[in-house]
Amino acid sequence: MRLAEHIYRTISTAAGPLLFLENIQQARIGEIVSVRAPDGRTTEAEVLEIAGGTVLLEVYGETRGLDIAKTTVTFTDAVRKAPLAPDMLGRVFTGSFAPRDDLPLYVPDVWKSVSGAPINPAARARPEEFIETGLSSIDCLTTLVKGQKLPVFSCAGLPSRELVARILRQARLGEAGREFAVVFAALGLTFREYSFYLEAIGAMTTGFVAFVNMADEPVMERLLAPRFALTTAEYLAFDLGMDVLVVITDMTNYCDALREVSTAREELPGRRGYPGYLYSDLASLFERAGRIQGMKGSVTMLPVVTMPEDDITHPIPDLTGYITEGQIVLSRDLHQKGVFPPIDVLPSLSRLMQRGIGEGHTREDHRKVANHLYASYAKGRELRRLEAIVGRDGMTERDRTMLDLADAFEREFVHQGEERRTISETLDRGIGLLQKFGVDVQ
Amino acid sequence: MNGRIIGIAGPTVSVDLPGLKLYERVYVGHAMLTGEVVRLERKRAVVQVYEETRGLAVGEPVKGAGTPLIVRLGPGLLGGMFDGLQRPLERLRDDMGPFITAGKELYALDYLRPWRFQPAMKKGDLASLGTIIGHVEEGAFQHAVPFTRQQEGTISTMAGGDICLADALGTLEDGTDIAGCHEWPVRAPRPFRRKLPSTEPMVTGQRSIDFLYPLARGGTAVIPGGFGTGKTILEQSIAKFADVDIVVYVGCGERGNEMADLIEEFRELKDPWTDRRLMDRTILVVNTSNMPVAAREASIFTAVTMAEYYRDMGYHVLFLADSLSRWAEALREISSSLEEMPGEEGYPTYLVSRLAGFVERAGVVETLSGAVGSLSMILSVSPPGGDFTEPVTQACLRTAGTFLMLDTSLAHRRQFPAINWFQSYSLHEQEIMEHFTRTVSPAWEQSARRCRRLLKDAEALREVAEIVGAEGLQDADRLVMHTAEMIRRDFLGQNAYSDDAFSPPEKTLKRISGIIAFHEDALKKLEAGTGLEEVLASSERGVRNAE
Repeated sequence: MRLAEHIYRTISTAAGPLLFLENIQQARIGEIVSVRAPDGRTTEAEVLEIAGGTVLLEVYGETRGLDIAKTTVTFTDAVRKAPLAPDMLGRVFTGSFAPRDDLPLYVPDVWKSVSGAPINPAARARPEEFIETGLSSIDCLTTLVKGQKLPVFSCAGLPSRELVARILRQARLGEAGREFAVVFAALGLTFREYSFYLEAIGAMTTGFVAFVNMADEPVMERLLAPRFALTTAEYLAFDLGMDVLVVITDMTNYCDALREVSTAREELPGRRGYPGYLYSDLASLFERAGRIQGMKGSVTMLPVVTMPEDDITHPIPDLTGYITEGQIVLSRDLHQKGVFPPIDVLPSLSRLMQRGIGEGHTREDHRKVANHLYASYAKGRELRRLEAIVGRDGMTERDRTMLDLADAFEREFVHQGEERRTISETLDRGIGLLQKFGVDVQ
Repeated sequence: MNGRIIGIAGPTVSVDLPGLKLYERVYVGHAMLTGEVVRLERKRAVVQVYEETRGLAVGEPVKGAGTPLIVRLGPGLLGGMFDGLQRPLERLRDDMGPFITAGKELYALDYLRPWRFQPAMKKGDLASLGTIIGHVEEGAFQHAVPFTRQQEGTISTMAGGDICLADALGTLEDGTDIAGCHEWPVRAPRPFRRKLPSTEPMVTGQRSIDFLYPLARGGTAVIPGGFGTGKTILEQSIAKFADVDIVVYVGCGERGNEMADLIEEFRELKDPWTDRRLMDRTILVVNTSNMPVAAREASIFTAVTMAEYYRDMGYHVLFLADSLSRWAEALREISSSLEEMPGEEGYPTYLVSRLAGFVERAGVVETLSGAVGSLSMILSVSPPGGDFTEPVTQACLRTAGTFLMLDTSLAHRRQFPAINWFQSYSLHEQEIMEHFTRTVSPAWEQSARRCRRLLKDAEALREVAEIVGAEGLQDADRLVMHTAEMIRRDFLGQNAYSDDAFSPPEKTLKRISGIIAFHEDALKKLEAGTGLEEVLASSERGVRNAE
């Protein structure tokens, strides 16, 4: 513990976002420092590496205008913490936790480290409480439960924004009376998207906190914003007892920012230039979702990943899929058919669904309906390939029925436009569809 | 001896402490973080820290422990749940709350808990390394307490009845105490007299595995599969139902929620072989993906050492790791923070040899006390992008006896376990098929061959059908496809959430025999001139009634 701030003017090298300083006493790894340019502008930086008295800093924000002779660096002896208070509900912040809504910052109740601490696996409670999103394809076939992390895998040009906005508007996290909040982290947002989301958030009736980093704002903030968002979510969930839904969009921008920073640090690149620790880094975010035994709140995560080149084996969706508990995959084909939400249920999956459905959670016939719908649609989709080769006339009567079922499933079950369906309506609709095509639900 | 931190880069810390040894355990900083010496230079030592280093400052004190990274071995490990450094997670939770913060050292064993001790030696007996001093009742297991000193000794006094690990079990004539527990360096394999060939099956209760790609006691299986192919579910099903005495399960860099689910399930479920609680025969080692990377690397060694300890008592132990890719990635992260020269895809070049050395710890052995114990391994691999040509999968292939490839397209069809029945193989296939033919039924071998044949024929026919359409095939061929579909759906497919999750060998054989009998019968009817649709309709009713 140092008793006073240390101020240095010993920069030896400055390159891109990195600064090397010399003759530093007792620096801490991860310590926050402030860098003051000759023109009086200050930005924050973090200690990245220490070797004896030489310290490597990474600057958040603009480094243009820094020099070697006059720039001063102040060491704070503290790692990055987030100011938290119940008053933060309803506020919009930048990626470095500055208010974006022209209001002053509240008086913080507590400060918590942004990197968070891992939840002890022995203290976790098994996620099993159903969340109703009002969308049939999710509620019935890729059921979301409290404490789950379920990403949306989208492709460029698909309506992932609209889907997220719908879920934000419609999601019901359990029984009435429980407090529910949304924490929204937007990374590298274009102005167009920003106005869209702002409108969606404005229409929400529940509490929210938003962290918005625009496309033209510092890349380093893109790495910070989700950490602030999750620290906030943990505070709301485990200190204030709320059920929190964290929406992060777009994780692809986050990963690209990480790659950019890693390259600047001259680290060894891994697949497609992303750093080798991309898995661990993503896990340090996603694993913060969960429930804790004996505590009221929960953190549920819904990150959006835009798959580059529509490729699900690209490192970003691939590593995300290995960490998260399933995925919701959007399909270009369905979108072109005018289906909204264009969710392809075949590659979509919810790993925690088994615990969250059935009697006491949704309805006792949920599992059966879901299995039949999935199997019938999968069969229909397989037959579509066959149809392309041998033609509809070359197929048996039964096969033709299954083809029709697959079409009807997309049109009537997956597609729902503006309508909100309760889980009961969803299941009844599913049963009706199966019966219409002669599939025995028993 | 005390030194100071002189440099920090991620999980590696440089210290100026002289007199350290390679791989010695080190306490780093005011928080007393655990670390291990990985490089020694004239003026500094490089320490790999097993905990979060954020907030650590240059100039903080460093202390050497004088011993390498160890695990504590003794009664009380069963039913426990540990992190990668063998800290008991449940006591950690009770002490520190739901979040894990760095620098808390807790011993894996409870030194004050009373145990009932039954001595097996008396005054005047000569004890040497590995001799059984006596037994402790650990739940339903007879926990054999070994003599752990390298040098022989003659027993002078011996305790009996209720003891705790803080007390000595007895004394030797040279005055030294005999302890009920001991420490063992995690990276050193435990000794045994000799290795024996593995010829016996390890029944998993998974039909596709037991029947087509069997596992051997003392063998190693790898399960590679892309995400969503059901690696974890398959490993957990095997952990629940495998015909072994003790299960050591490592969640290595995987999901926390999954582990919470596993723990609750293991507490509720019964072992189908003994009807005891599953948790009573299980040790869990958990290092979820957001826990420190270096501890993840150590976790599989911590776990395998505990597995070897129970093997040495003459038990059949199954070691499962999910997933080895995360371990390899941890190795890669550490290697890159040490600025080592990277090999393929950035993995260090010693990945293959380190892995091979690890896998060699499996096997059937004659222990130092003359008992026979086995350690079998099942390792899942998560190849990036589902690409099996990547280094970790390939390194595993070179060492494993059974290869169970999980197939994304099968998983998308919800065919679980999604084991690809053309690419998978088992080197133990012949021996174990003979074993089952001897122990279960003489029909085993023949049925297995028939089943394979049908699957293979159907695959060839499917390719034809994709061109000419199913209608274009002959009736006998369509029957083969139909039967293969039945095998796929009713035999190879097994729902992990139903009563069918565990299928003993007798049931496995009965079920395939039913399908083969149906096929033979239908074939006869076809030859007699009955149409295929009619044959299928009548026979399928028959099969359904028979069940």
